[in-house]
Order: sequence, then structure tokens, then C-alpha cells
Amino acid sequence: MGHPILNLVAQRIALGLLLLFLASGLIFIGTQILPGDVAQSILGQSATPEAVANLRKELGLNDPAYVRYFKWLAGLLQGDLGTALSNGKPIGEAVSYRFSNTIFLASWAALFSVPLAVILGLFAVQYKNRWPDKLISGVTLASISLPEFFIGYLLMFYVAVILGWFPSVSIPNESMSLLEKLDTIALPVTVLVLVVLAHMMRMTRAAILNVMQSAYIETAELKGLSPFTVIRKHAFPNAIAPIVNVIMINLAYLVVGVIIVESIFVYPGLGQYLVDHVSKRDVPVVQACALIFASVYITLNIIADLVSIIANPRLRHPK
Amino acid sequence: MTQHINYLAKLAAQGKLGRREFLGKAAAVGVSTAAAGSLLSSAAMAEGPKKGGTLKAGLAGGESTNSLDPATFLTQVSHDFGKCWGETLVEVSRIGEINYRLAESIEPSADAKTWHFTIRKGVEFHNGKTVTAQDVLKTMQRHSSDDTKSGALGVMRNIESMKADGDVFSVTLKTANADLPYLMSDYHLIIQPDGGMDAPDAGIGSGPYKVTVNEPGVRQGGERNPNYWDSSRGHADQIEIVVLNDATARTAALQGGQVHMINRVEPKVADLLERVPGIQVKSVSGRGHYVFLMHCNTAPFDNNDLRLALKYAINREEMVDKILRGYGSVGNDMPINGGYPLFSEDIEQRTFDPDKAKFHFKKSGHEGSILLRTAGTAFAGAVDAAQLFQQSAAKCGITLDVKREPDDGYWTEVWNKQPFAASYWSGSRPVQDQMYSTAYQSSADWNDTRFFRPDFDKLLVEARGELDQAKRIALYREMGVMVRDEGGVIVPMFNDFIGAVSDKVGGYEDDPSGEMMNGFALAKTWLA
Repeated sequence: MGHPILNLVAQRIALGLLLLFLASGLIFIGTQILPGDVAQSILGQSATPEAVANLRKELGLNDPAYVRYFKWLAGLLQGDLGTALSNGKPIGEAVSYRFSNTIFLASWAALFSVPLAVILGLFAVQYKNRWPDKLISGVTLASISLPEFFIGYLLMFYVAVILGWFPSVSIPNESMSLLEKLDTIALPVTVLVLVVLAHMMRMTRAAILNVMQSAYIETAELKGLSPFTVIRKHAFPNAIAPIVNVIMINLAYLVVGVIIVESIFVYPGLGQYLVDHVSKRDVPVVQACALIFASVYITLNIIADLVSIIANPRLRHPK
Repeated sequence: MTQHINYLAKLAAQGKLGRREFLGKAAAVGVSTAAAGSLLSSAAMAEGPKKGGTLKAGLAGGESTNSLDPATFLTQVSHDFGKCWGETLVEVSRIGEINYRLAESIEPSADAKTWHFTIRKGVEFHNGKTVTAQDVLKTMQRHSSDDTKSGALGVMRNIESMKADGDVFSVTLKTANADLPYLMSDYHLIIQPDGGMDAPDAGIGSGPYKVTVNEPGVRQGGERNPNYWDSSRGHADQIEIVVLNDATARTAALQGGQVHMINRVEPKVADLLERVPGIQVKSVSGRGHYVFLMHCNTAPFDNNDLRLALKYAINREEMVDKILRGYGSVGNDMPINGGYPLFSEDIEQRTFDPDKAKFHFKKSGHEGSILLRTAGTAFAGAVDAAQLFQQSAAKCGITLDVKREPDDGYWTEVWNKQPFAASYWSGSRPVQDQMYSTAYQSSADWNDTRFFRPDFDKLLVEARGELDQAKRIALYREMGVMVRDEGGVIVPMFNDFIGAVSDKVGGYEDDPSGEMMNGFALAKTWLA
């Protein structure tokens, strides 16, 4: 241990940064080839040509693209995300509010879904091919197969409108206590848990079953360990790499892919914010959000890689 | 028995009888829930406003990019919130008359070129400053300066000079305009302290509510302005707009009691919502209309026979039935209907006529198919409407190719660029002159049918300066017929504004100028 691991970590982080840099370039190019003009989009259908020309000049849209890219990159390195074109406000503020909302929702969804998925997976292995396994698989597969907006509307109708247990509009604000906030986000959290559960549960089940075929598991069973101890002490540590990978992919999804759930429950997260600004051609905001999403994705994947490496002695001590 | 029910409704309105109890008693004697609900709300109206509570609206049409600067107002939520915290010189009432707000009286010169607005005394902005003619002047200057981005610029262009003298604000126009007070009711022209020159998006106005929460695209709210001059507005302690762009989220929030009113109920769910106890659907016919636009200067649409063929080939009744589900009325290929003052009812209604369509199509000499562009964003149901048009045109031997364009970029790349496309007009312009000068005058920026007719422009200017009503009506009739028979616009239908309101809301009155009482719902209603 020690040096090789540190080297690996440094290598991964360097790769991640490079990837992030490439992503920034792609994001910039992507936003440039969007059709339409930001000035026109901000002013909308009621834009007069004079107003459009005035706005274009004010926004500095007459500079060539590469100049704008390097200006943007220079700002980023100094921690400045720039100013939103559409309302002239600093992006950092708005984004940090939205991002903290997204993280709030995602962490509660993760807090429920990850342990639940792993425990259900272990149960499924324990009762392999018997009714508890089939029930768990059936229910989780059904919930992942239904589109999330459909689950969202179903919950909204039965839980919010008919039963009136939780609100259908999930807008937390600062004056709420934690409990009130949790009450507010109960429905979107439930939908997200249902959506990500199956993937993680199935992976846990498959990975552990795979390990269970090995000779050392048979040895463990033969020396008289209880089935759960076998799974916990011998199978689980060896199955952790694929499980962590899937968990990370799902965590990334909880942060970057929840736009539909956000818009159904009117949750003020980053996804909704991004979409609003795409339609307004507010390029700096789109770039900032896309870059945040890219960093989340890359970071979580680096963590997954590192965990797999640390958990695997063969990768930990390369020859 | 009716008397008895009315008596009960009155009791309920006074709070002496529970709402649920009242509905139960009404149901017991065979009054439907919907009818009982509307009885209750009219009783609440008669009972007069109640103070207090937090009045909440769930509205579509808000974005996180919205600013509080009135010059940039574009979305519905900005428009409605602006009417809570701000106020204009005048407003257009439900029956199309001028209501005096920050202006106390208006005095035109005999030639309708110079107008004097006397500013109401003793009105305060939220920051404690008194509203003066100087503030009005600065506001108007901000909206008409050369580098303005104001949505009201079009309205301001005809102004030659403005001045403030004591408590009188005066405007001199380049050409006479008898409708100037209507133009001053434009929702962008909220009077701000010092015209909002230094802090345009401060949200300081003179309206019935002070801005307390401003999270654009999420929620916006205010508290009652204790110094508001007009006791008929600003009844709730607090108001809140929650931005609910998703139609299902809106209805669910209303049903779940999280909001008291919602806008833009889809026609297909309006009937269902009507049956929900405690909720009333409010539908009002307005001036908004859906259109198919042909560019009169682009082949093949430069041929009036082809334009007429297409006008006869559209089935208006079917569109109102299927696209609006009856929540609307048929159009007559002109942008004006009975919702406008000075409208002539006697203009013949154009109907679906395959024979005439075939005749004109043949006469035009055009062969082959015609490309019609549409998109979901063009108007609600625009894609289906284009397909209905395609089918009815096929019956007249005209082949339409329908192309669905992406919503994103439709207003920049297709509308006002492509020669044949679907679109809409919101009907937010309260007088005929404004509608025609916005979209049918040769020099108009949004002349989206490329209707270049000097004789029409001449009539427009003539009608604008005409103070004799009878002559003015005749002029507008002539212009309407001209657009109907020679213009490039196909107007299949005028759409109703459909909203829904909880029984807890008192004082809701329909306003044909726009949805949610033309944006005044939060300012004027109360919690009963």
C-alpha cells in the first residue's frame, strides 16, 4: 500500500481534469451550434429589431466565438461563472441555490435508495428463486419499467390529491424546518427511489450470486458459517466493485437526470434551471450548468474507480 | 326553495355556515355542486371583500430568466406579478372602458395630438416616495429611449415629445391618435420611482402589494401595501405566485388545495375539472386568436385566389369543436372580433366551402402541394389543427404538406420568416388600431403576413385620428373586410381563456382582455 495507491489516485484525478477540460470545449461548441440568437430569444415574439440590436451589442455577442471561449475559461479558473445574459444576475449565486436544492433532493433519495437496494439485493440472494426474491425483483423491475413521469403522476393523484398526505408542489424554502422540508419533498424522493432501486438491487444480486459460485464460498459454507455471515464476510467484499459502479451511476443520475421529476413536482433544482436557459439561449448559464453536471459525473466515476481498485487486491498491487 | 338556498349561501359567505355543510344542504335539495359553488361565490361577492389570509395562484408561463424590470416583461407570470406590485396610468376595464389609476383625469387637445394626464395626488411608492408627474415622465423616457429594450417601444414610437409640469404629464404625438389612453394601459408601462432609471428591477412600484419574495421561475410573493390608495384592491395579507408550468401539476395543486387559482386549464380537462367539488372553471371569450399566416409577397401566396382558396378550405366549426373543445368561437380571417370596441357585427362569416375553394384554387393556376409549418408551441393544439386543415383541404383538392418544426427556435426561425406557418396572437392589444398597427401596417416589424397595402395604411392613420365614432366604425369595417378578403391571415378560431378557481376565492370576475382577470386576480380577489 501507500505510494502505488497515491499515484493511482493522482493519475485518476489528472485524467478527470483533462476530461473536464475536453468537456468544457464540447459544451462550448455545443452551445454555439444551437440555432437561434440569444438576443432574439430573450426578447421573444415581441422583439423589435431595434431592441434586438441594442441587446446584442450590450451582451457582447458580436465577438468571435473563440474569444468568448477563452474569456469564459479564464473566468472559470478564477471561480467566476459569469453573468446570466437573460437577467444580468451573477450565475454563481443562482446556480449555488439551485445546485444545493438538487443535492438536497438527491442525497435524501440516495440515503433511502442505496441501503434499501443493497439490503433487498442481499435478501434476494438469500432467498434466491423463492417467492421473496421473485417479489422483490418483480416490484422493482415494474417500478423501473414505468416511465418516471407516470409514477410521479400516479403518486401525485393518489397521495397528494385523493389522500392529501403530501403536497404535490415541492418547493422548499429557508423558513421551513427540516421536517417541513422533508414533507415537501416526500413525493419526488419516493419517485426517485423507485426509479433507481431496481438497477442497484439487481446488480447487487447478480454480483453476489456470481461470487457465490466460487470455491471459497463453498469452503465457507462447509466450515459451517451461517448464510448471512457468508454473504457479509466473504461474498460482499468481493462483489463490491460492480455494486459501487452501479451505485455511482445512479447517484450521478440522481443529480443530473432528474429534470422530469423536477418539472412534475415543480422542484427548483438545477435541471429545470438549465432547461429554462437553454430555451432562452442563455449560453453562459447553460455552459455553467453543463460543466457542473460534467464534474459531478466525472467525480463520481473517479470515486467508483478508486473504490474498485482499493477493494481489489489484484488492482491494488499491480505487477 | 331558491330563496332558501340563497339564504344558506349568504350564511356560508358570512362564515356562519361551513362551506361543506352548505354544499351538503344544497345537494340534499337537488342543487348540483357546481351550481351551489357558483351561488356561493356570488353570495361571497355580494357580501363584500374580506381581509386577510394568503392568496395563492399557480400559474403557467414563468421562467427562471424573468426579471422584475417591467421593460423586459414577456411571460404571463411577470405580467400578472407586475399588476400586484405596480400600477399604470390607466387600465382598460372589463367592458373596454378606461379606468383611471395613477392618472386622475385625461384631457386631449381637439386634434387628438396632445394629451394631458393629471397625476393622482397622495399616492406613494413602496419606498415612501410620492408619485409625481416627474416619475411618470422618467418612466416613459426609459421605455422610449433609443437604447431601450422595452416591450412597449412599439407603443411609444409615435410620441414626439413629453413633458411634466406640476402634476400634469403631457404627451405630444407625431400623428393624431384617439386611442392614446388605451396605449398607456400597456402592462410594461408601470410607473417607477424616477422611472426606474437607476434600479429598473428593484420591484418598487405603487401597487397593492409590496414585493417580498422574488425567486423567478419558482415563486414570487408580496405583502399588502398598507398605504395603498384604493380600498377595492389588495385584500389578502399576502399573495404568492407559484410557477407551475406543468399542466397536471397545476390541476393537482388546485385540487390538493395548495393554490387557490390556476391559469391555462387545457380544454380537454376543463369539463372534468368542472365536476370536482370546490372548484369552478372560469372560461371567458377574449380577443386572442390562432392563425395560419401566409406571406402575401411570396409565391404561391402572392396570388389572392390561392389565399382565398385556402381560406375557404378550412373548417372553422370543426376546429373550434376539436381543438378548443367548444371553448372558443370561429374566426373570420381578420384579427378583430366582438371583443374589440367599434367592431361591426354585420361582416359576413366565412365558412368551409369546397366548391369556392376549388374554384379559386383552379383560378390561381397553382399546381402541386403547399407546405404548412407548425409546432406545438405555435398554439395549443397547433399540430392537430394543421392536420385537420390538411384533411379539409384535401376535400377541396388542395394538397397540404404539414411539417412539424421543433418548438425550440420556432419564434426565431419559422414565425415571421417562413411563408406559411401556424402562430397565435394573444389579444393583449385592447383596441383595433393597436392590433392593426402591430401586425398589418406595411411598416410594422411584425407584419407577419407581409401585407403591404398603402390604401390600408392610409385608412389606419385616418381612423386613428378620427374622433367621430360613427365614421370610425365605418373605417374599421372597411379595413376588416380588406384583411378578410385580401389579406394573408387565416383565422380559424378565437380561443377562450380558461382558468379554474377554488370556492374559497371571492370577487373573481371574468375579463375578456386576458387570463386570470387580465392578471388582476391576485390584486382584486380575496379569500372568502
